[in-house]
Amino acid sequence: MNVDETELPGLGVRKDFITASGRRIGVVEMREGETELFVSTWDDPDTCQASIPLTADEAAALGNLLGGQHIAMRLAEAHKEIPGIVTRQFSITADSPFNNQPMGKAQIRTRSGVSIVAIMREGEVVPSPAPDVVLHTGDLLVAVGTQEGLDSAAAILRNG
Amino acid sequence: MDPLALTLIELGAVVFCLGLLARLAGRIGMSPIPLYLVGGLAFGAGGLIKLDGMHEFAHLSGEIGVILLLLMLGLEYTAAELVTGLRRSWQAGVLDLVLNFLPGAGIAVWLGWGLVGAIVMGGVTYISSSGIAAKVITDLGRIGNRETPVVLAILVFEDLTMAIYLPILTAILAGVGFLGGLQTVGIALAVVTLVLVVALKHGHRVSQAVHSENSEVFLLNLLGAALLVAGIASALQVSAAVGAFMLGIAISGATAHNATRILEPLRDLFAAIFFVAFGLNTDPSTIPPVLGWALLLALATAVTKVLTGFWAAKRAGIAVPGRFRAGAALIARGEFSIVIAGLAVASGVVPRELAALATAYVLLMAIIGPLAARFVEPTVKAFRKSPRKPKASEPIASFEA
Repeated sequence: MNVDETELPGLGVRKDFITASGRRIGVVEMREGETELFVSTWDDPDTCQASIPLTADEAAALGNLLGGQHIAMRLAEAHKEIPGIVTRQFSITADSPFNNQPMGKAQIRTRSGVSIVAIMREGEVVPSPAPDVVLHTGDLLVAVGTQEGLDSAAAILRNG
Repeated sequence: MDPLALTLIELGAVVFCLGLLARLAGRIGMSPIPLYLVGGLAFGAGGLIKLDGMHEFAHLSGEIGVILLLLMLGLEYTAAELVTGLRRSWQAGVLDLVLNFLPGAGIAVWLGWGLVGAIVMGGVTYISSSGIAAKVITDLGRIGNRETPVVLAILVFEDLTMAIYLPILTAILAGVGFLGGLQTVGIALAVVTLVLVVALKHGHRVSQAVHSENSEVFLLNLLGAALLVAGIASALQVSAAVGAFMLGIAISGATAHNATRILEPLRDLFAAIFFVAFGLNTDPSTIPPVLGWALLLALATAVTKVLTGFWAAKRAGIAVPGRFRAGAALIARGEFSIVIAGLAVASGVVPRELAALATAYVLLMAIIGPLAARFVEPTVKAFRKSPRKPKASEPIASFEA
């Protein structure tokens, strides 16, 4: 993937690339720390259809969603041969009882049989997280298990 | 009345009115600069109400306003950005200088204002308002556009040109001869180069010298350093404003970012007073006679800026609509045109009509600029699409499929 980097004097740095469908998509990392997400219009790749300011948290959350989707797809591909195994993502909300708690406290594997195979955090992947990894708001947990197991894992993360 | 009481009442009333004007400007989405100028015109010499009590304060505050404007401009760019910008866009920068300096200089010569008047008016029509341009780009969601770096590079070039131009102007206004002028140009070039080199290699040391975790200490350090440097530059006849600009460039990184945040309210206050003070010194009755010239100049230099942007964007491989967007983004003139005219008027060697023409011109351009930037795209599209509408629908179909 060829990402272009362009300096915007006084504003920040633009990083973008052209998608297979012909749109230019990218972000501008502003001096003040926010991120501007933009997508070009279909008829003029020079201009933007949308330019959306994101706070640092929002940018991290969006990065998790995109990266998480990628991981989930790869896992689903890997588990295709095993019937009944499903991959799902759980995000940690501010009101989750395990927010700012070590993951092991939730005892997800013991209680639901579900494995947490990765955590997406600020656009980075924490693979095979140990039980002592502390969960934070905005973390995206990539979980593998049966349909019923995943349902109960979701309930555990929501209600404790 | 006690003179102090009178000054306080006048100053309070003016600043309060500026607040109302700024709010009005925000409501209708325009730059507050033209409104400040109109406010100054209404209160000053020959205006509706005569304010004599605050004259001295307004004068000194105006000077501080200019210093802060230039300091903040310098803070916005790092030395590395300036150098790469210069390397990448000097051709467009030179075209910009020639196309936009000449109309102003030409009119000044035509009106019989001499060489000094020509150099002043050339500067007034040359320099785009980087403040208005940056706001327009952000407001219209064009930060991610491909022509935006082209526009910013031209603005960077203009700002660096100011660092050479202002000392020359200061020297000429002070009445030094040809040799003296050359000497000033030499000093200015040497200082600019030296500061760029120092900022590139030792920018962090300059930053460290003013930096402090305590915002009070930091503010006092910054302001003290800026006034000191400006004062010394002024004593060396290199223009106070340029001294502040160079200090801004030398401060870099996180310190520059914090400095911007901390100085912004001060800059807004003092710059507003500067625009009012400029308006105060201009007699509104001198404006109608030069209004025709101002309109002509506005039209001519709107076209020349569009040409500049068009050419620069074309060189960067940008399609036709983007070229027009780049041109239109550059049209607005504002704070720095008034800074130049203000220097000239304060020196007293240019005719009073020059202040009137500069005021009317900036009033027009600060309003036309953002409007042109907003409406250039639909206009260009309407012109380009009408002859071949059927073709334009094809991509829509494939996109929806």
